[in-house]
Amino acid sequence: MSAVLANALNPMGSPAAGVVIDCRLDKIFYGDFLAVRDSHVPIQKGQITGFIGPSGCGKSTVLRSLNRMNDLVRGFRFDGHVHFHGQDVYGANVDPVVVRRYIGMVFQQPNPFAMSIYDNVAFGLKLNRFKGDMDERVEKALRKAAIWDEVKDKLKNSGLSLSGGQQQRLCIARAIATEPSVVLMDEPCSALDPIATRKIEELMLELKTKYTIALVTHNMQQATRVADKTAFFSVDISKGGRTGYLVELGDTRQIFEDPREELTKQYISGEFS
Amino acid sequence: MNMFEQARSADSVSGPPSKGDYFFDRAFQWLAKAFAWAILAVVAALLLEVGSKAIPAIKDYHIGFLTSTTWDANKDQFGILPEIWGTLYSSFLALIIAGFFGVMMAIFLTQDFLPPRLAAIFRIIVELLAAIPSVVYGLWGIFVVIPAIRPLANWLNETFGMIPFFSTSLSGPGMLPAALVLAIMVLPTIAAVSQDALRLVPYRIKEAAYGLGATRWEAILRVMLPTASTGIFGALVLGFGRALGETMALAMLVGNSNQISLSLFSPANTLAALLALNFPEAGETEVKVLMYAALVLMLITLAVNVAGTAIMTMTNKQAGGGR
Ligand SMILES: Nc1ncnc2c1ncn2[C@@H]1O[C@H](COP(=O)(O)OP(=O)(O)O)[C@@H](O)[C@H]1O
Ligand SMILES: [Mg+2]
Repeated sequence: MSAVLANALNPMGSPAAGVVIDCRLDKIFYGDFLAVRDSHVPIQKGQITGFIGPSGCGKSTVLRSLNRMNDLVRGFRFDGHVHFHGQDVYGANVDPVVVRRYIGMVFQQPNPFAMSIYDNVAFGLKLNRFKGDMDERVEKALRKAAIWDEVKDKLKNSGLSLSGGQQQRLCIARAIATEPSVVLMDEPCSALDPIATRKIEELMLELKTKYTIALVTHNMQQATRVADKTAFFSVDISKGGRTGYLVELGDTRQIFEDPREELTKQYISGEFS
Repeated sequence: MNMFEQARSADSVSGPPSKGDYFFDRAFQWLAKAFAWAILAVVAALLLEVGSKAIPAIKDYHIGFLTSTTWDANKDQFGILPEIWGTLYSSFLALIIAGFFGVMMAIFLTQDFLPPRLAAIFRIIVELLAAIPSVVYGLWGIFVVIPAIRPLANWLNETFGMIPFFSTSLSGPGMLPAALVLAIMVLPTIAAVSQDALRLVPYRIKEAAYGLGATRWEAILRVMLPTASTGIFGALVLGFGRALGETMALAMLVGNSNQISLSLFSPANTLAALLALNFPEAGETEVKVLMYAALVLMLITLAVNVAGTAIMTMTNKQAGGGR
């Protein structure tokens, strides 16, 4: 089964060139609750795809479906498919653990482990039984996450001893240490101050040269600053439930300057939130 | 009287807490403090009481009491080294067994191996083990455990007799049956406290582990257990403390024989069993000596708990002060 995803490194056979993750989520349920419907979001290689929309519209749900994080939630099921380099992520013989090794994730709350800064970054490398120069890889990841200078003298200190912004950059370093091909970020800056936020945005722009990024953000300015493509989600309360769905997806500039949908126009102009 | 009265607009309901609110607040604080001190006072009173009754024996037998191995009331010779050994050895064995199974059980019941409702049922069953009276455990040990392990014990003795742990045969009561039953008795404590520790690990930490592509066992062994390690260590200390003081079942199972042996099958004795069995018929001197033994038991238990707490505080500080 790992061969299936090892194939993923070879982009041959993907349906549309440049699409790394092709996700067609017709329905996502938590138990009986229909959380998301009709969301088709292709994630383009080497780009940042931003997900925006009011809270509760299912941005996190969609994002977490891409690397099977939702498998942890009891009662999660969905109709549709998620293809990663043309391979079915939810295929019968695919282990979710393998999926998550190729599609990394950064969460809304910084969540470093209660271990040293070094061990936090080395964690994924050790999982993958990396045999090379561990120190070098750890340093590289910390440098790329723009936190090396701040922690290079205290790599043995606990990851929990850092400030919130530093913790989040540590978590980014941890996620990219193994060089996954896609990094999913779920509101990575929501717990951070504006300065730390800026640092992480610069980092994302830097990272996209090498990785593909899907970014959920609460902050529309952030989407305009970093996202190449933007997907706008909204909530449909017409049928009694609260079901999120994809309203519009396009180049970020088009979404913000010339939205096709009335709903998008209202949202970006701040008429509702 | 309320200096912010003028800050109040027409519709505002802001205002200071009433006299009654303050009263309850104070009363509650006072009560909580009183109870905390009362617990300390009870412990101190106990130590003082036992300590003062032990003073004559301490004067007569000094520290040699702790290192002598004979207990002969007729000759007024008393020593509790075998009992100290037996207490520590039986509790340590029990801790190893119950620690392993208790932590495994806690993992099994908290890490989504079972549907939530089934896990709850299992949890209750494990906790019920704590409700069984000690004497029932003792009887069960005598009539079930000893006969059940005797063939294996004696086979081990015959085959691997040169290993110190198997150097004697099991004739009846002895260290292993005592330790096994003790393990079952402290299992609920260890399992319950470890479960709490594991449940306290924030969900986002678990997500982080799975998000990096850890398998379930990698997530548990490398992230969940280390993160919960302080609490699990606390569970082990608590379990060890309980094992040290357990009396009835041990008095029935340990064999009450003053010897120091590594053998799992040889009879032994513990401080608590010594106290329970010798008090009823003790003469005047022996009562004082038993008080000395009781003091030693209390101090061992206290030392274990203090050391445990100290280690936990230290590791907590190293880990960057909590989560
Ligand atoms: N683990 C879960 N179990 C049940 N319902 C959930 C769960 N996670 C999210 N939901 C529901 O799914 C909907 C979408 O949530 P989410 O994806 O978190 O939205 P967003 O990230 O856009 O704020 C919400 O109505 C939320 O209550
Ligand atoms: Mg969200």
